[in-house]
Amino acid sequence: MHQLTIAEIIRGLRDKQFSSAEITRHLLDRIQQLDGHYNSFITVTEEQALEQAAAADRRLAAGEAPALCGVPIAHKDLFCTRGVRTSCGSKMLDNFAPPYDATVVEKLNAAGSVTLGKTNMDEFAMGSSNETSYYGPVKNPWNVDCVPGGSSGGSAAAVAAQLVPGATATDTGGSIRQPAALTNTTGLKPTYGRVSRWGMIAFASSLDQGGPIARNAEDCAYLLSAMAGHDGKDSTSLNRPAEDYTRSLNDSIADLKIGVPKEYFGEGLNADVAARVETALKAFEALGAKLVEISLPHTDLAVPAYYVIAPAEASANLSRFDGVRYGYRCADPKDLRDLYMRSRGEGFGEEVQRRILVGTYALSAGYYDAYYNKAQQVRRLIKQDFVQAFEKVDVIMGPTSPNPAFAIGAKKADPVAMYLEDIYTIAANLAGLPAMSLPCGLVNNLPVGLQIIGNYLCEARMLNIAHQYQQVTDWHTASAFSIETAGGAGE
Amino acid sequence: MAVDTQTVEKLAELARIAISAETIDEVSNRLGDVLQLVDQLQAVHTEGVAPMAHPLDEVQVLRADEVTEPNRREEFLALAPQSEAGLYLVPKVID
Repeated sequence: MHQLTIAEIIRGLRDKQFSSAEITRHLLDRIQQLDGHYNSFITVTEEQALEQAAAADRRLAAGEAPALCGVPIAHKDLFCTRGVRTSCGSKMLDNFAPPYDATVVEKLNAAGSVTLGKTNMDEFAMGSSNETSYYGPVKNPWNVDCVPGGSSGGSAAAVAAQLVPGATATDTGGSIRQPAALTNTTGLKPTYGRVSRWGMIAFASSLDQGGPIARNAEDCAYLLSAMAGHDGKDSTSLNRPAEDYTRSLNDSIADLKIGVPKEYFGEGLNADVAARVETALKAFEALGAKLVEISLPHTDLAVPAYYVIAPAEASANLSRFDGVRYGYRCADPKDLRDLYMRSRGEGFGEEVQRRILVGTYALSAGYYDAYYNKAQQVRRLIKQDFVQAFEKVDVIMGPTSPNPAFAIGAKKADPVAMYLEDIYTIAANLAGLPAMSLPCGLVNNLPVGLQIIGNYLCEARMLNIAHQYQQVTDWHTASAFSIETAGGAGE
Repeated sequence: MAVDTQTVEKLAELARIAISAETIDEVSNRLGDVLQLVDQLQAVHTEGVAPMAHPLDEVQVLRADEVTEPNRREEFLALAPQSEAGLYLVPKVID
């Protein structure tokens, strides 16, 4: 039952092959038995899940089931859930149970989904390996000595380990796509503003975007249809009509023009990863698509621009954690300054502190123009590269990540080496473009992701393209357990 | 680009983050690595390029000035590490 996709679960529930209570119970048991190996959940909401499942079964029986009625999912632990701890992977919020639901959570609840729990993540979504979590690293189900990627590593690992068929995630510089690539799952970062950021704990507000991670493109389309839409509570939310992202999954892609940026296949790309991506591009050619070499000349500037903009915005966003209104407070503060200094010094981990300090530097008197303003100008140059490319092609494809999953601990001491793992994903965040990752092969039994970057608001087309690829290939159905059964995790 | 410990102390003060004496050299070195990475931007010619804030150049929308949220003071105060009589408690600020 844990191998079912969301589309299969929807059908199975409606055809009364099983109940929501049954599949929910099955997955909760599986989490309990297996998640000790992966550490993909921070909180499991068993009681609430069983209540939601029972309510879903009643609605199914009454024939009034909304789109995702009875489908078990999980939320990345930075989406606020009313009355349920929302830690953001941090000691700072270890005791924080929000008084409200994030818009994404509200929408998925309204669609009838069942929440199994909250997934592990890099602290405040800052990381590409899930090693910065206060709750310990997440292990990659494909090889438990390797990272699952980050920052949505818990959501990706939980889907890969078949603990849940789909989960919410967020992507500020690659945090949906890179873990999806490293765990053989499919993940989509929508156009900036498609999915409400209200109740999603902010990291870098001009880059953060929520989206789904699931087993395939069709399931991502189901989840995104429920998650996306205009929200008056988020001032950057796009005011565009709601869409059914499943509507065009079966369209032909015979006339598709795929841009292949030469900068994404240069130095730094693992040769085996390059080979898997090139094989995937050939599969698209076989489906009738045409490959067009393009250039995105400012590609090398994406990582440096990001590491000004994201820390600058983070330093402003994280100033709210003051030890006064909620979250961690140090013991016996001697005065207000001491309360702030030690609450933040003790409550935030090393990487979060580093980024706050970098951001403080970039925004401090005398440096603003040289850093933040400069980075925002470079950001426009990066966007213009894409605008020009999309005059010639429909979508852009390349690798999601330069390497397959690396060993836990391998890059922890060298932040810059870690940052460069996001070299192909960051530009889409800076430009605000939708981008996704889908499985396209294995290297030494570790998954490789193909990245698709689309034009603004083209999520339905991208999901169609990914779905058509998944109709003629079966990489997305490869399971971590068919190769290696960590701790007998197969069944 | 190296960052001296004095600069780190100043940043830590501005950001209100206590950094221990034992870790300050390590923090300085790592910050230096990051600043070296971002300094690549300085070589880029950006004269006349408008800084980009929103990818689709959307602007802030206004809403009607109407009360939409109920008063949930008790619930919010319940999250505070210390509160009393409807107020947040902090160490004494004024003598």
